Amino acid sequence: MDSKNMKIEKIKKKSILFIFICLSAASFLISIGNGAVKISAGEILSALLFRQDTVNSQIIWNVRLPRTIAASLTGTCLALSGSILQGVMRNPLASPNIIGVSSGAGLMTLIVLILFPEFYFLAPLGAFAGALLATMFIYFLAWKDGAGPNRIILAGVAVSSLLGAGNNAIMTFYPDKVSGIIGFMVGGLSATNWQDVFTIIPYASAGIIMVLLIQNKLNILMLGDEVATGLGINVERTRFFFIIISSLLAGAAVSVVGLLGFVGLIVPHMTRLFIGSDYRYLMPATIFTGSFVVVICDTLARTMFAPVEIPVGIIMSALGAPFFLYLLRRKAEY
Amino acid sequence: MNLTVDKLNVSYGDKEVLKNISFSVNKGEIATIIGPNGSGKTTLIKAASRCLKPTCGNIYIGDMKIDEMNTRTIAQKLAVLPQVKNVSSDVSVEELVSYGRYPHLKFGKKLCREDKEIVDWALEKTGMKELRKRYAVSLSGGERQRAWIAMTLAQKSRIIILDEPTTFLDISYQLEVLELVRELNQSLGLTVIMVLHDLNQAARYSDKILVMNNGRICCMGRPEDVVNTCLLKDIFKINADIYDDKINNCLFLIPRNTIA
Ligand SMILES: Nc1ncnc2c1ncn2[C@@H]1O[C@H](COP(=O)(O)OP(=O)(O)OP(=O)(O)O)[C@@H](O)[C@H]1O
Ligand SMILES: [Mg+2]
Repeated sequence: MDSKNMKIEKIKKKSILFIFICLSAASFLISIGNGAVKISAGEILSALLFRQDTVNSQIIWNVRLPRTIAASLTGTCLALSGSILQGVMRNPLASPNIIGVSSGAGLMTLIVLILFPEFYFLAPLGAFAGALLATMFIYFLAWKDGAGPNRIILAGVAVSSLLGAGNNAIMTFYPDKVSGIIGFMVGGLSATNWQDVFTIIPYASAGIIMVLLIQNKLNILMLGDEVATGLGINVERTRFFFIIISSLLAGAAVSVVGLLGFVGLIVPHMTRLFIGSDYRYLMPATIFTGSFVVVICDTLARTMFAPVEIPVGIIMSALGAPFFLYLLRRKAEY
Repeated sequence: MNLTVDKLNVSYGDKEVLKNISFSVNKGEIATIIGPNGSGKTTLIKAASRCLKPTCGNIYIGDMKIDEMNTRTIAQKLAVLPQVKNVSSDVSVEELVSYGRYPHLKFGKKLCREDKEIVDWALEKTGMKELRKRYAVSLSGGERQRAWIAMTLAQKSRIIILDEPTTFLDISYQLEVLELVRELNQSLGLTVIMVLHDLNQAARYSDKILVMNNGRICCMGRPEDVVNTCLLKDIFKINADIYDDKINNCLFLIPRNTIA
């Protein structure tokens, strides 16, 4: 009877995971199928499976597919990054945006794009470097016989606003270049191409694989530093490693989509509301929910006010916040 | 397996909290640390369980220095129940207890049959079998404490360190936890180091008592040698009378008044 209960629980979680996978696959079809030209699911599948020379096939392969993959990868990276941070900091407000990792990546990207536009192709590298430097700086500030979660978050918030000031200063000094980067500031995916996809794939897949290999440790870390130490985890080292992975993931995303807020904060919570806080299920689920949410929001951003395209960040916040509040109210015990 | 602390000093920042602590707890002994608030008991527990780095001195498990051992290997030999713990709202008792198997799991492996049997055994020992499906946060303070003890048992270590295992529990749960500790000590030969505030309980359940004051161990030994009116006056600032408990075969004290 008891072990039956446990099995049902497991089956339930696995089915939720399966539903997320289906939703995320469906979101790919929706995203690729919608735009100035509507393309049916059948046509998409045949174009993807057998490369044809039709116009629609061109649109799919050259425009929509790379953009959809970029949206999916950035969503996954940001959501995973947020989920990791919330776990290691044991704080529901932690996210790459709030603890300064994103703004580090953002500032470096801005510097490259505005001050050294001829090196635009180095922007992704700059973003990783920025995320990593911001992380190190936060650690340096927070370190005092070890770095506890609260101190890291406080240092992160401080660094974040410092870097934000840097961002604004650059934009004030170069007002003529601002219009081109507004999409970057709120997060946008217009004009993403295969190049973007190929630049972030190595970082994203490395991050995802590492997370899936050691997700079990997050469950233990959640029990508190002392219990985790007692269970044989090197808490400082593990936390640092997780934070590096999460800044790697956030950096990868920021270099393509810009400062897309909200995904890293809200998607992990949404996923947790459905599947619970066991990281062995939460992490795989977050991969698909992150992808689903950004792909759908990006489709809306492209099509809602066509032919005008609005940055996906605006859609994210406009839809995400109310939906999140609704979930919170429905699940009163959360 | 015995645990030895040798000339240990611990500081928070530049504030020295533990000064030159040396003692040894033998295999199969129950050693209880007592002392006034702020005397350094929790700090000592944290240092012994490698949550705090000492400024100097060493801690040995058997004859191995803990800072030269792999933290997982230590976790297989020494389990800790800290005062401050944390559990997510949807972790069941069973899952919590199964985390105790973590130090024994190979990288990326799941719990095997043997691990599950050990989890069952730990639940049985702590009387948590009926509650195994419940969420740990939904339990009463005493039930939750027993769930955590079950987790440390599942670790199957030879040494257990408990910081104030009876705090927040009503008298019957206190008794239950201490009886459980003694039972495990006697049936499995576990070495136990714990912090207690109740001197009567310390006297009744310990083989050895360590008295801390101002970051030092001021005396240690068998309860009947250590707990006396002088100690209560000097360290705990109370006048008390000491009696003999014929039924439990230990001493007990009744406080009279505090010394202003
Ligand atoms: N994180 C810390 N930073 C600085 N000082 C600390 C810290 N933790 C404890 N102390 C100080 O170290 C001393 C010993 O504290 P400790 O917690 O070990 O006492 P204790 O014997 O466990 O007391 P209690 O009976 O109240 O639990 C106290 O003076 C306390 O103020
Ligand atoms: Mg204490």
